Amino acid sequence: MTVSRFYSPQSIAEATAILRQQSGCQVLAGGTDLLVQMRNGVKQPEYIVDIKEIPGIRDVTLTNQGLTLGAAAPAQSVTERPDIAAAYPGLVEAIDMIGSTQIQGRCSVGGNLCNASPAADTVPALIAVGAVCHVVGGEGVRQVRVEDFNTGPGENCLKRDELLISLFIPRPGVGSADAYLRFTPRTEMDIAVVGAGVSLSLDPMGTVSAARVAIGAAAPTALLVEEAAAAIIGTTLEESALAALAAAAGAAASPISDKRGSAGYRTKVVGVMARRAAQIACDRAQQRQRRAH
Amino acid sequence: MAIHVTTSINAEPVEFLCEADDTLVHVLRDTLNLTGTKEGCSTGDCGACTIVLDGRLACSCLVLGVEAEGKSIETIEGVATPGALHAVQQSLLDHAGLQCGICTPGIVVAARALLERNADPSEEEVRYWLAGNLCRCTGYDKIIRAVLAAAQDLREAAS
Repeated sequence: MTVSRFYSPQSIAEATAILRQQSGCQVLAGGTDLLVQMRNGVKQPEYIVDIKEIPGIRDVTLTNQGLTLGAAAPAQSVTERPDIAAAYPGLVEAIDMIGSTQIQGRCSVGGNLCNASPAADTVPALIAVGAVCHVVGGEGVRQVRVEDFNTGPGENCLKRDELLISLFIPRPGVGSADAYLRFTPRTEMDIAVVGAGVSLSLDPMGTVSAARVAIGAAAPTALLVEEAAAAIIGTTLEESALAALAAAAGAAASPISDKRGSAGYRTKVVGVMARRAAQIACDRAQQRQRRAH
Repeated sequence: MAIHVTTSINAEPVEFLCEADDTLVHVLRDTLNLTGTKEGCSTGDCGACTIVLDGRLACSCLVLGVEAEGKSIETIEGVATPGALHAVQQSLLDHAGLQCGICTPGIVVAARALLERNADPSEEEVRYWLAGNLCRCTGYDKIIRAVLAAAQDLREAAS
């Protein structure tokens, strides 16, 4: 490692100015991926720009409109909030799957997204709940949907002088809920073989009126699978609808074979995870409807 | 170019010099001679280097020394009081919860943090909380029993 300078900007403008003026910068949030990548030589930045001292960038705010996650907020600052887990159970499940207690004390959801691992647990969960990225750069501000943020393994859409500042997730309605499931051999300290996030809304009759299905570790980036959502919209999640959802999730997958699983295995299991997540999301949505009455 | 860092370690003001890419575990061990914190995997998997940084557990191998600026750090050296081990330390001794001892400082720091948040954890909660602290000697069972017993000791002492 040969980092020649460490910056700790105190504002977004200062941070984006550093990123614009210097090439060879690497943004640092929790560091739980970056320091490993620097150690094994995958990343060799000349300058490190620690964004954690930017005011507000570690804030976590829940309002009636939705949840705003500062890009550098530690995972634990989300998982320790019962009000957030009640509103977004699937997203919080995904965040709570990252690493260990020690890792969750440092790592951030924003960093999990920017790191762009195809197997990142929070990304399918964020896509399922319709999360939007607030990005600021030298040329201004833009909003990017999470499903459009990552462009390949380890690659995202940020330009050199752009920073992810926060994520916004709209508040789910009364008949809506989310769920995230991953398959791993171990229950803790493991990386997804595949994962699936589902959010759905039920109308008063119990029919699925809207749905979002996202899959992880099944393609170069986490994917929003609109065909899988279409397979359950207008249904009451009867067996044929769940089978069609699973088939659509598998059809969208283009996984690699590695030590965690073969491509064929991942393609099969991602459909199983998706249908189970859909069932859990549906059960939660029904519970919310009952509680609202 | 060495960077000057001012921080707090175990409630004492501390200053040190480090390079931009020095990890905190190296600063603690090699610069400050606080060698109670161990370095195992260097990649955040084993938990041997566990510290508390501004109230949250962290692997000090995944923190840069410069990130300590203005922060509050707690290490294993701050756990015992003069003349008395912390309940978690005493309980690990009583239950033979350590053999080679390399993982022990990280486990003590992590378990203490759990008991500060949750005075009466279930076995499952202890196992999940300590999932990032690897021990290749004990098989974990004695560690888990020791932490549960320490929790009971602390509850009884508080009542």
